[in-house]
Amino acid sequence: MKQFIAFVKKEFYHIIRDKRTLFILLGMPVVQIIIFGFALTNEVKNSQIVILDNAKDAASAQLITELGSSRYFDIKQNVYSYKDIEAAFRAGHIRMAVVFPPHLDEDLKHFNKAQIQLVADASDPNVATTLTTYAGAIIQDFNKRYNQGRQLPYTIQTEVRMLYNPQGKGAYSFVPGVMAMVLMLVCTMMTAITIVREKETGTMEVMLVSPMKPIRIILAKAVPYLLLSLVNITSILLLSVYVLEVPINGSLALLGFESILFTLTCLALGLLISAATDSQQTAMFISLTGMFLPTIMLSGFMFPIENMPVPMQVVSNAVPAKWYYMIVRDVMIKGAGLGAVWKQTLILTGMLVFLLAMALKKFKIRLA
Amino acid sequence: MGAVTVDNIVKFYGKKEARVTALQGLSFDVQKGELFGLIGPDGAGKTSLFRILTTLLLADAGTASVDGFDVVKDYKAIRNRVGYMPGRFSLYQDLSVRENLEFFATIFNTTIEENYELVKDIYSQIEPFRDRKAGKLSGGMKQKLALSCALIHRPSVLFLDEPTTGVDAVSRKEFWEMLAHLKQQGITILVSTPYMDEAARCDRVALMQEGKIMSVNTPAGIVNEFGRPLLAVKNTNMLQLLQAMKSCEGVEDAYPFGEYHHVVLKPGGEAAVKTILEQMKMPYEQHPVTPDVEDCFMALMRNKDGQ
Repeated sequence: MKQFIAFVKKEFYHIIRDKRTLFILLGMPVVQIIIFGFALTNEVKNSQIVILDNAKDAASAQLITELGSSRYFDIKQNVYSYKDIEAAFRAGHIRMAVVFPPHLDEDLKHFNKAQIQLVADASDPNVATTLTTYAGAIIQDFNKRYNQGRQLPYTIQTEVRMLYNPQGKGAYSFVPGVMAMVLMLVCTMMTAITIVREKETGTMEVMLVSPMKPIRIILAKAVPYLLLSLVNITSILLLSVYVLEVPINGSLALLGFESILFTLTCLALGLLISAATDSQQTAMFISLTGMFLPTIMLSGFMFPIENMPVPMQVVSNAVPAKWYYMIVRDVMIKGAGLGAVWKQTLILTGMLVFLLAMALKKFKIRLA
Repeated sequence: MGAVTVDNIVKFYGKKEARVTALQGLSFDVQKGELFGLIGPDGAGKTSLFRILTTLLLADAGTASVDGFDVVKDYKAIRNRVGYMPGRFSLYQDLSVRENLEFFATIFNTTIEENYELVKDIYSQIEPFRDRKAGKLSGGMKQKLALSCALIHRPSVLFLDEPTTGVDAVSRKEFWEMLAHLKQQGITILVSTPYMDEAARCDRVALMQEGKIMSVNTPAGIVNEFGRPLLAVKNTNMLQLLQAMKSCEGVEDAYPFGEYHHVVLKPGGEAAVKTILEQMKMPYEQHPVTPDVEDCFMALMRNKDGQ
């Protein structure tokens, strides 16, 4: 035990004395959360639109005010013909145009119906869809109020409720994603690199010719990174709750437990990589391309897995981050309990056991 | 049984098609408490042999034992009781002198205080720098620290792989004095070196070349094996002189040696050498010398090539 503690202590010296790396390890989650929270957001805000108001009556004036006052739209200008709309799109300033028909108010009153045209720039299809949905909702809203107190025959209205994330905030999906990414990076890459570094500098040679058991060397390497990861999890959660206002709806203890489980899985993966490689460069390359990219692409955090072709969906099952991402989303955002995520938990545990067994089996007790 | 026994050890590197033989069937024994030197140029197989003995590599054939334990079966027992200092500086560069020593003491289940007596001579020289990072030490000090770390658990056999390579002459001399002192404490020491002049410091040496042992003997014994007269010659055109000596019929071998050429004579070849020196019409110098280990090494290599 004394040996083990001495080894862990030594490992901490390595980490603390390498100030630059330590700074990156602790600063990265903060920076990522802030970047994702404020810069790289796929929410649509303050999109510039133009209005072609052929009606110029009470109803259109009311709608224009409501569109303009929502935080999604900025009315850039009023135009007077379709040609102007096209010119505005070509100039690249606007995302959408709203066209009101002549006699909007009268049509509504006399024929009980009117048509408003939304013209969106679909060169970015997601943004176009989002904008038309927002505009549609505002118009529906207006419509409802307009109809208040009137008897209308046979109308079906859709009542939409955005569960768990009523404001449609992007943070709800990327906080779990960033957690998975950071843990993957800190645990997998850093453990792989530190063990391989001992091989490269020759210290592993000396360590092997000592009474220290290989399994202890491995575990002692993992402990500091486990602690470092806990610090990172804490800082991510604090930032997301207090800065991004993403609530933790589920049990914090469960979230912590699942995070530790995932961290251990990542550590085991790092150990396996280190056992299989001989240079820091290779270890880093494998961790980055083999682990980090799949984590981003196949965990469902950036791109929905359901949309992928079936082979990709099958491959995504092998990515630990996918399961962790599902767990965090369920526990943190939806407030689910262990009952809802036991399957994912079991899968992660299985991966951990498998990876750890592989790492121990592959660990070389000799040099070659 | 000796402290170290090596019996017909063979080691290959690489796959079958491009196989390199590093060790071609070595055998020797090291007695308990002996200071044993493995002398040979780079690539002779010294490091491979050390790694086999310290259980870091598996031999492809043959058996070896350290302190009575088999290097394959009982590798754990060996790892508990030997001290190993690899050829490359292999301590933690970002840890201080003191931290390194403490770490290695703990890993071997001991403390600095417990075995301070043993490392005192060596460690006291670097103790003034105990808070300095190991990476910032000079070459000689690094070696002293590495030796302290390899010794801190009072090993029964100490393996030192080229401890004096890249170390200045004064530090080298000091280092050998430390080894002599350790030997008095009853520790068996195996040390490898490419420097022939260090052979004289060992009790016995094995001369290695291309994975083979050419001779195992005491330094004096090796010199006695030489058994032929040796001349040192010098004049103002050394290159021409060397060619002339090599083609002289009274000469067995001639090779540059410091500022002289060493000339191994055939029986009665002295007169022929003298004639050539006179014929070259240049001021010259010649005197008989006692062969040292390097002369013996050259002779052994030549014999092997001649076979």
